[in-house]
Amino acid sequence: MYVYDAFDRTLVAERVAEFRDQVARRLSGELTEDEFKPLRLMNGVYLQLHAYMLRIAIPYGTLSSAQLRMLAQVARQYDRGYGHFTTRQNIQFHWIKLAQLPDAMAELAGVGLHGMQTSGNNVRNITTDQWAGVAPDEIEDPRVFAEVIRQHVTLHPEFSFMPRKFKIAVGTSSHDRAALRIHDLALRLHRDGAGQAGFEVMVGGGLGRTPYLAQTIKPFLRKRDVLSYVEAVLRTYNQFGRRDNIWKARIKILVHDLGPQAFAKEVEAEWQNIKDGPLALDDAAVADIAGRFRYPDYEELDDNPPALAAARRAERRFDAWLGNCVANHKVPGYAIVTASLKPEGGTPGDATAAQMDAIAGLAERYSFGEIRVGHEQNLVLPHVAQRDLSALWRELDAIGVALPNIGLVSDIISCPGLDYCSLANARSIPIAQEITRRFRDLDLQRDLGRLHVNISGCINACGHHHVGHIGILGVDKNGEEFYQITLGGKADENATLGVLIGPAVPYAQVADVVEDIAAAYLELRQRPDELFIDTVKRTGIEPFRERVYAAR
Amino acid sequence: MTSPLDQKKIKVTGPVVVTANRVGDGAVVYLDADGGWTDELAAAAIVTDAGGAQRLMTAALDDDLNAVGPYIAPVTLSPQGEVRPGNLREMIRRGGPTIALPPALAALPQRDRRMREHVLAQA
Amino acid sequence: MPLVEGGRIVEDRYLHLADDAAIPHRVPVIVSAQRFLSEADDLIRRDGSLGVAWPNDRRVAELKPWLGHLALIALHFPKFRDGRAYSQARLIRETYGFRGTLRATGDVLRDQFHFLARAGFDSFEVKKPADARVFAEVVARFSAYYQPGADGRPVARQRRVQKAAGTSETV
Repeated sequence: MYVYDAFDRTLVAERVAEFRDQVARRLSGELTEDEFKPLRLMNGVYLQLHAYMLRIAIPYGTLSSAQLRMLAQVARQYDRGYGHFTTRQNIQFHWIKLAQLPDAMAELAGVGLHGMQTSGNNVRNITTDQWAGVAPDEIEDPRVFAEVIRQHVTLHPEFSFMPRKFKIAVGTSSHDRAALRIHDLALRLHRDGAGQAGFEVMVGGGLGRTPYLAQTIKPFLRKRDVLSYVEAVLRTYNQFGRRDNIWKARIKILVHDLGPQAFAKEVEAEWQNIKDGPLALDDAAVADIAGRFRYPDYEELDDNPPALAAARRAERRFDAWLGNCVANHKVPGYAIVTASLKPEGGTPGDATAAQMDAIAGLAERYSFGEIRVGHEQNLVLPHVAQRDLSALWRELDAIGVALPNIGLVSDIISCPGLDYCSLANARSIPIAQEITRRFRDLDLQRDLGRLHVNISGCINACGHHHVGHIGILGVDKNGEEFYQITLGGKADENATLGVLIGPAVPYAQVADVVEDIAAAYLELRQRPDELFIDTVKRTGIEPFRERVYAAR
Repeated sequence: MTSPLDQKKIKVTGPVVVTANRVGDGAVVYLDADGGWTDELAAAAIVTDAGGAQRLMTAALDDDLNAVGPYIAPVTLSPQGEVRPGNLREMIRRGGPTIALPPALAALPQRDRRMREHVLAQA
Repeated sequence: MPLVEGGRIVEDRYLHLADDAAIPHRVPVIVSAQRFLSEADDLIRRDGSLGVAWPNDRRVAELKPWLGHLALIALHFPKFRDGRAYSQARLIRETYGFRGTLRATGDVLRDQFHFLARAGFDSFEVKKPADARVFAEVVARFSAYYQPGADGRPVARQRRVQKAAGTSETV
């Protein structure tokens, strides 16, 4: 993980001081809300239904134990004792007071955390695969380039007042765990025919009112050129993105209106002017940043130590957890552990300060002090020795984050919805909670297999419902909460937008509908191991639609 | 509920109040009859026509120092004259999230592992 | 609206000419883009500094052939949230190499000063007098930037290299 040097710390400290001044000027009336709002947004400070909300960036989802402890501390001291991990690998605190914000931010800055550009019309948190650096199928750690780009776009003088927000994702595996194609700009590191590593550049993805999947505008970009090319894309967007209509202001609209070829041509023309200038990345430039990444000093261990097999035999629940929450690591003898933040009846992605502290401690003992946040709103301990898995499991279980439901129907991705968010039309969390209660039986969940449920409380789609296997979108029908149901969405390398199956259903019926869909799948699947999403693809939505609406 | 932040034209079809968020802490507040802000809905100024609502909004918008994002929100009046929020969104703004927040866990001392397990089992 | 240049409030030397006003000689003038393009040949031949006020929704590439004749280009921020002129400024300053005065006009507020300076502006029509008075202090507030800007300040990589070589001040 990247370790801040004095320069990084100074940058953040100066911005905290600037924000402190801006808050003071707001409270004194020197700044109107109209003038203050973009400034607070640039530091991740939203106003929600009940209070201000602070969104802290977790760059490419990587946290140190010290940082996680500080998040717990902020939750305790400035909030109500918990935080919410988001679908962009950030964390949110929902109960912040404006006057206390500068102090909270100063404390966070002390461990290299900040809220810069987690909101506003600028480049947001650059996300990646939560298994970056440890996944067996990646060609190299994408986080180095995520950091190179992150620094470049932080407080960039030209790109702080763009038509709208801009979301970048960097990935590298052939199996896309970063949902690349729903981003404004996605960079996929891969090898060309000659074995050289470079980036496929995709632009124009995004969900919301007009969902689009990103399109490739450059199949292979050399590493040397990535900053100048990103600059050219941003400059094209900043100049020509629409500013007349907030719903048409994302780059996806520009790409769609111009057509990807014409858009690519604009970018190329601009890029030719700047590609050999100061943004060209030489090896030293990359090494400068890569040099501040710390990697674990792995021991030389064997896979499947005998103690592990014994523990599996001895404890059925441990075995179940192992089969669901533990993935292969690129280093022999190690494993990637996912801690579920989706307990039965819980709020997806929430963690208490006590849990955060406990996980920070466990990371120190079992994961070289490193934690990851996934866009699925779970946490990951990325460097666990297989011999430690049994002991770790016991401790995770004790704090309620060892439910073996990763990727299953109760591993729901959900936005905060109308319980918190001022943009929402309907609640999402109680819907998620009820679904987890209906499917509490783990045997049933395992039988259903991989099944992604995504819930959004409004068309802004922060729950990524368009790309859920089952997507649920809250709408307002004459003051009542109704929910549109989509099927067949996918967020991976075969990204697909889900299809609406019929009229919106009322709040009280949503969990019933999900049960009906699950039951239909069990009847329709050709084999027990045909995944839900593959059944939907094979049969189309019609049989599901029939089942759901037969009695409604 | 469709965000009232999208309100353009003032349309009043029943009793309404003007509500906003307090600048200092973001808490939900209502404009009262004196032009100040109260966090008690019962003390809010209630109007029943567009003209009255416009007057309240003008006063609210002027008070940028104390309150942010004012808008017109419906209320209902019980036969006894008790004021209640007029839709789900306003109910949630006044009453807080409709889901249980984990205060018990937040208050837990670090040392007390058995207590933590006990509380977690309850949640 | 006070004008800030060189970190101080200054008098505006330039006369802002309406499209139908007669063009005086030996006086610095700023004309609209429309007027400039239709009367360019006459304007560049006249005796006196020439400035043009360019709208933020028009490509600055159109100005390229004339840059050598322009003393000033005024770019516009209709609302401070509309950041198109930042790109225009960088193109003019860095890609085209314009050395004259680049002026920010419109909704120019204190909190954008350092972005503007780093984008290449060196003349600021500041909306609020109170903001104009603190320009120098605000712009000097930040010592650390990651990316290269037009203000020539050393950026992250340079500072780090200097530090490693022991040639920089303590950060």
